[in-house]
Amino acid sequence: MISAHLPALQVVIPLLAAPACVVIRQFTATWLLALSVSWISFFIALSLLWQTFHLGTISYSLGGWAAPWGIEYRVDVVNAFVLTIVSGISSVVLLYAKESIEQETHIKRIHLVYTGWLLCLTGLLGITITGDVFNVFVFLEISSLSSYLLVSLGPDRRALTAAFQYLVMGTIGATFILIGVGLLYMMTGTLNMADLAQRIPEVEHTTTVHAGFAFLVLGISLKAAVFPLHYWLPNAYTFAPSAVTAFLAGTATKVSIYLLLRFFFDIFSETFSLRTMRLDVILLILGVIAIFSMSLVAVYQQNVKRMLAYSSVAQVGYMVIGISLATATGLTAGIIHLFNHALMKGALFLALGCIVYRLNSVELKDLAGAGRRMPWTMAAFVVGGLSLIGVPATVGFISKWYLVLAALERDWWWLAFMIVASSLLAVLYIWRVVETAYFKAAPAGHIKEAPLSLLLPTWILVAANIYFGINAVDTVNFAKRAADQLLGVF
Amino acid sequence: MAAQGTLLLTVLLPLLGAVLIAMCNSKPNLRETVTLSTATLLFLLVLQLLGSDAQQTELIIARPLPGLPLSLSTEPLGLLFATVASGLWIITTIYSIGYMRGNKEQNQTRFYVFFAVSISATLGVALSANLFTLFVFYEVLTLSTYPLVTHKGTEEAKRGGRVYLGVLLSTSIGFLLLAMVWTWHAVGHLNFTPGGILQGRIEPGFLPLLLALYLFGIGKAALMPFHRWLPAAMVAPTPVSALLHAVAVVKAGVFAVLKVTVYIFGLDLLRDTGANRWLMWAAAITVILASLVALTKDNLKARLAYSTVSQLAYIVLGAMLVNSVAIIGGGMHIATHALGKITLFFCAGAIYVATHKTNISEMDGLGKSMPVTYAAMLIGSLSIIGLPLTGGLWSKWYLALGAAAAEQWAILAVFMVSSLLNVAYLLIIPIRGFFLTPPGSGQAGTIQEAPFASVLALSLTALGCIALFFFAQPLYEMMASMFERQL
Repeated sequence: MISAHLPALQVVIPLLAAPACVVIRQFTATWLLALSVSWISFFIALSLLWQTFHLGTISYSLGGWAAPWGIEYRVDVVNAFVLTIVSGISSVVLLYAKESIEQETHIKRIHLVYTGWLLCLTGLLGITITGDVFNVFVFLEISSLSSYLLVSLGPDRRALTAAFQYLVMGTIGATFILIGVGLLYMMTGTLNMADLAQRIPEVEHTTTVHAGFAFLVLGISLKAAVFPLHYWLPNAYTFAPSAVTAFLAGTATKVSIYLLLRFFFDIFSETFSLRTMRLDVILLILGVIAIFSMSLVAVYQQNVKRMLAYSSVAQVGYMVIGISLATATGLTAGIIHLFNHALMKGALFLALGCIVYRLNSVELKDLAGAGRRMPWTMAAFVVGGLSLIGVPATVGFISKWYLVLAALERDWWWLAFMIVASSLLAVLYIWRVVETAYFKAAPAGHIKEAPLSLLLPTWILVAANIYFGINAVDTVNFAKRAADQLLGVF
Repeated sequence: MAAQGTLLLTVLLPLLGAVLIAMCNSKPNLRETVTLSTATLLFLLVLQLLGSDAQQTELIIARPLPGLPLSLSTEPLGLLFATVASGLWIITTIYSIGYMRGNKEQNQTRFYVFFAVSISATLGVALSANLFTLFVFYEVLTLSTYPLVTHKGTEEAKRGGRVYLGVLLSTSIGFLLLAMVWTWHAVGHLNFTPGGILQGRIEPGFLPLLLALYLFGIGKAALMPFHRWLPAAMVAPTPVSALLHAVAVVKAGVFAVLKVTVYIFGLDLLRDTGANRWLMWAAAITVILASLVALTKDNLKARLAYSTVSQLAYIVLGAMLVNSVAIIGGGMHIATHALGKITLFFCAGAIYVATHKTNISEMDGLGKSMPVTYAAMLIGSLSIIGLPLTGGLWSKWYLALGAAAAEQWAILAVFMVSSLLNVAYLLIIPIRGFFLTPPGSGQAGTIQEAPFASVLALSLTALGCIALFFFAQPLYEMMASMFERQL
């Protein structure tokens, strides 16, 4: 039965397809390969999500080696949900990638984009699906190295420095994670997540475990761009090819947030990570600072792509706040925002990609009159922006609703107020773009609307923003179940 | 089943109209025919809902979140608002044809499209079955009127739009959303229920805070200090100011205030806990202050805008008196003020089309060249002031009765003083128009009435003001039925 091997296929198919791209080299063929592999992954993820939701957790021993010796893939609602997000975003963005990449990247390097893309997908899916902490590190390196490559393939030469910066920070993060994993192995003698969860309580009070935990949290937070460890992100997002930015923005930080959830609530206990180590207070403070300071920084950006990058750091702040509340509603809010933010930033970055395709610039001043010249693109941007602000009938509203509710459940009025107040900052930076695009006169010269092959995927994500904003019952149920599972209620 | 279909159609029809209007981009006459027939059909639909009021139907459009449906239903106050909005849309469309063409405005198709979308959102607000649905349509209304406010695309329009969106979005997301989540957290649903849903769910000490979050959060009710958006919105073309910023948008605000007072808090709860006390004074201060500001404004539309701020506060004040008479008065004031103020805006627009004048000080003696417009303006002013032979008398009458019933004599005095102020800032305009001589003598002969469509529209609404004086009974009964159901 092939369906029994779905967890392995989820990772193996893109892993095998990646070297095939290098062999093929022809750019359309590599794109087709990447596209079909990504869609296959998406369907596998959907089927895994269905299975875990209805039939319970799946445990899969890689190569038939039983858990403590071999590597175990363990799929529950939490990571099946993340697998679906990652492969779904990748699939939609790949639809878009062909034209966009062909314009932004030298023709001889296009196959490298798809190779990197598939490796990055492999890594992200692997981190999410595996039940082995060393395996997490391995996949993390696969995804990181390939994303350095992807960023460096950007059209601008500054992409090279951005990639180097990302490489330095990312390597520090990965090293920290490795050290953390090593310290845990030293104390418990196991790398399997489930075994770790059982053995850690005995040695929880030791300084070694504390140190290991600290290394892990720092390392993962670096990858997740948790404020103030976000230094690498704005440049990487700004100078990467448009499609790559949309892909990374919707997936890479999300997977790292998932890892935080896994370590905080499953491998360590909630009481240890949030109460004993006082991370609840630390994360809450960092989250609140992030949503205000990073939104403010976004308001002052002249480059729209960079503006959205800072906005991403702010949005990670919302997720971190949700986690720090450590209640079922708080976690639900964090997890649902994982999904919702992937949709809105995906849509926004794709719309920006359309603008780059025609205008060759994402400087705010060059967007003058874009509302008239590229009506569909700008309409997509406006809807995505409204979703980011949290207007009702968009996904952003669903996130805000649960976050505010979670804050009120704890009777933290100030926090509820800060969450709504900070979302008004999003109005400021989105509206700067809207005003430039619709009120400033366009410079001379004729510019056409972006081609359909770019508009269609953009609008698929825009439609998803609205659909899951009007009908969020399913996504909320998944997020709730995931939260319950993490808290051990379910 | 049939009634449910009508409910859905009422909200969808203007949207459908918007699509058709967009498709008729290149044929202005066909486009206006589409708008006009959509408006007429919509009005007939609302009338049909009005007829089938007896059975209370509820229609669930979608279920965005568990326990939080997006649903529509009928209820007297909402039906009144829907009737007013859809009825006046027909007249405003007639008026717009004269105004927009007379002024040779750009982007007329965009104008009519967003106008139709705004009407759809307004009807959604009117027919909401719960607070969440109201909130959704409330925000759609804010966003769909933004392109109308900034229609001219000038620097001034952009600045006006900023204030408009800034105030409305920040109050609704900052306060209203918070109040709503709080209510949901405490009660578990947000359905509009006769008698309120908060009884015993929230500590009485917190009620004034929650009420304040609602009242200031509903920025469209323009309670000071969150009223700045309304004068800012006056950069819009006059039909927008007339229908949206004298009727649809602002009335959506006070309508929401009434709904929250009656169906979320419940009058008994407010009366028992006294949570309404200081907010009553906030409304009273707005009534007086806005009237005083109106006195100082020379720009006609600005003066009308501040007059609206003041009149909206009447309705909020009526709600905060928390007795059925005052609420009935507030409800009736939605209708009477709508007719009166839309007439005045129509007149302002007609004067602008005919003479391109916007300041009151330049309008001396115009009444002789534009007799119909100025007669209508006189009637509209009388109705706003609340003098006999106009419908405005009745709503003020019940509001005052409500103040007396609540034994709030100071509030009664506020109503009286403000009416005097109304006389000072409104009646002076037709008086100057009729009795003063124009500055340059040769000028008077060249000025004519505005295009026929515009004059027709403003005559109709002026006649409506008078009709409401003689036929106020059904209006009263409709509002009163809101409380019969409760008993």
